[in-house]
Amino acid sequence: MSFKLKALLKSPWVFHLSTGSCNNCDIEILDCLTPRFDIERFGMLLVGSIKHADVLLVTGSVNRNCIPRIKDVYEQMPRPCLVVAIGECSLSRGMFIHSYNCPLPLDKVIPVDVYIPGCPPRPEAIIAGIVKLIGKVKKSITKK
Amino acid sequence: MAKKTIVPIGPYHPLQEEPEFFTLTVEGEKIVDIDVRVGWNHRGIEKLSESKSFDQSTFLVERICGICSTSHPFAYTRAVEDIISIEVPERAKYIRTIIAEGERIHSHLLWLGLAGHFLGYNTVYMWAWKLREEILDVMEILSGNRNNYAMFKPGGVRRDINPDDIPGVVKKIDSIIPTLVMLKKAVIDDPVLHARTKGVGVLTKEDSISYCALGPTSRASGVARDIRKDCPYGVYDKLEWDMIVTQNGDVFDKLLVRVLETFESIKIVKQCLKDLPKGEIDAKIKNIPPGEGIGHIEAPRGECFHYVLSDGTNRPARHKVRAPTFMNLPTYKATVIGETISDATIILAAIDPCYCCTERVAVRTLKGKKIYDGQDLVKLSQEKTQKIKDKMGIK
Amino acid sequence: MTKTEVLHNLKEKFKAQIIDIIERSTRRIYIEINSCAIVEIATYIFKNLGARFSIASGVDVYSHMEILYHFTFEDINVVITLRVKLDKKKLEIDSLTSVFKAADWIEREINELLGINFKGHPNLIRLLLPDDWPQGVYPLRRDYKEWDKNAIRDRGV
Repeated sequence: MSFKLKALLKSPWVFHLSTGSCNNCDIEILDCLTPRFDIERFGMLLVGSIKHADVLLVTGSVNRNCIPRIKDVYEQMPRPCLVVAIGECSLSRGMFIHSYNCPLPLDKVIPVDVYIPGCPPRPEAIIAGIVKLIGKVKKSITKK
Repeated sequence: MAKKTIVPIGPYHPLQEEPEFFTLTVEGEKIVDIDVRVGWNHRGIEKLSESKSFDQSTFLVERICGICSTSHPFAYTRAVEDIISIEVPERAKYIRTIIAEGERIHSHLLWLGLAGHFLGYNTVYMWAWKLREEILDVMEILSGNRNNYAMFKPGGVRRDINPDDIPGVVKKIDSIIPTLVMLKKAVIDDPVLHARTKGVGVLTKEDSISYCALGPTSRASGVARDIRKDCPYGVYDKLEWDMIVTQNGDVFDKLLVRVLETFESIKIVKQCLKDLPKGEIDAKIKNIPPGEGIGHIEAPRGECFHYVLSDGTNRPARHKVRAPTFMNLPTYKATVIGETISDATIILAAIDPCYCCTERVAVRTLKGKKIYDGQDLVKLSQEKTQKIKDKMGIK
Repeated sequence: MTKTEVLHNLKEKFKAQIIDIIERSTRRIYIEINSCAIVEIATYIFKNLGARFSIASGVDVYSHMEILYHFTFEDINVVITLRVKLDKKKLEIDSLTSVFKAADWIEREINELLGINFKGHPNLIRLLLPDDWPQGVYPLRRDYKEWDKNAIRDRGV
């Protein structure tokens, strides 16, 4: 397990899942790929299929329609895997907490490793969040 | 005759503002029917707005869509001002116009980049998004944030523009124009792009009227509709700019309208920054009487419509929101049918929904033999471009 | 065509069906009509007067339900709203999908959020709500109460 995790940290491939967000967080994630921020130089790549991904980036206030899909996607991910919640909505549903269509926060649906707050978080914050995630996992490996 | 096959796309948004579920019925390569199922993004904003005060609702509507985060507050504040029948101070009108046009520039550039990506022109994608960053910087200087500017409030604007910032902003806008001109030439004169987009996904004028299509989608079909010209608000009637209308209604014309509109928007922003008058920025609304109001504005994708009913309390009794994509999306039925699967991505993209999640299209044939995901669909589209390039002898 | 001409034409043609005309401001006109005449009047406004259908809003005003059909007259810069009042005991009205295709989605939306039946709609199925949403629960009605016992409305801090 820890060997796999170690390999994962060299170039975490991310998959991006929007669960009823306003698109702002999603665009900021795409922004990370474009010339100014360009996270690909650190080996991070946005992939199109969940089967290729190491890290799941979740945005949006979890929608009733989406709950079964999130579980599906999470189950299909190859292990070991990490989950990052991006934006206020996926942290606590922000201002949509009393909405009839957003019954649960994300961490009651699937386990979350790192929370990146902000509405939307800036690309720098997203990159910093992923770096923190890597640091956290490294620490857990060395402890073992 | 080929057998009919059902191709589900989604539900995680293929190319749309909201994640949706498309069911394409295909015969061989040809699409014969399409059905759309939305609701993956429904957050009950109209209900939530009834539990928030008029001021708080501005922040709520800002979060309907991250790309239109000015359009919705603009329409909403205009609806509230319509209830009270007040005029906004002149300076506030100018500031509103600047922010709204800045948003249009970044939204159209975003679209252009993604359209390039679908067609296999990742260079266009990178260039357009690089230019977009400059606009986001401008917005950050003016409002303090890259997105969700929070500049609007019923009666005026929340923050003033610092006069010291203006020269820097103008310089920054000027600096992107040469690159934008270069990008425009590269995009519009490209023979491969012509082959991929001309005559593809045509929305006829009659269909455009019957579906009540809005914004660039309708203007590309020769229906000259623009709320900024027809029902002027802000300071659009005092400025010099043109409405871009083309006639063919295909993907290329929609692209052309957006690219040319970007230049018009730059023109508008520069005029506003030049003529920015001095004075108050807020009409200071005390309370909102019972009544009803309608506010509509031209968002980057078309008319954005808000209806607010007030019963004299500090909360809206009913708040109806109609985003432009709601009217533009059903036009798929008219544009996609009869086209091939490899063209589907760009046609679906042409009405400019937000496609943050294009990578997540999952296409599978009925028996599950062949499974495409989003990248394969994009790849299919990109391969077609390559074939055309080879045929034309372009490297 | 000017605003007065439009109003005059409407008044002449549908004298019996128009209940009330309110001009809230120069650009916003609200016309209350009989619910049975909606197709007739909407057809006239859309086809003969050349207006654009903006949207319809369904409102629950405690005593009854209202549907407001907003039409934008772009060449004269006026929004005309047709107001239809519906009795809560008999929530149905004729569908406008035969007149313009744009009415399709909004009628589905009003149907699922407010429970108003549109007679003659070709495909009156759910648009926004999930499939497991209970039948007969309409979130935009005033008497809506949370039905989901598992929902968490607490930030946990």
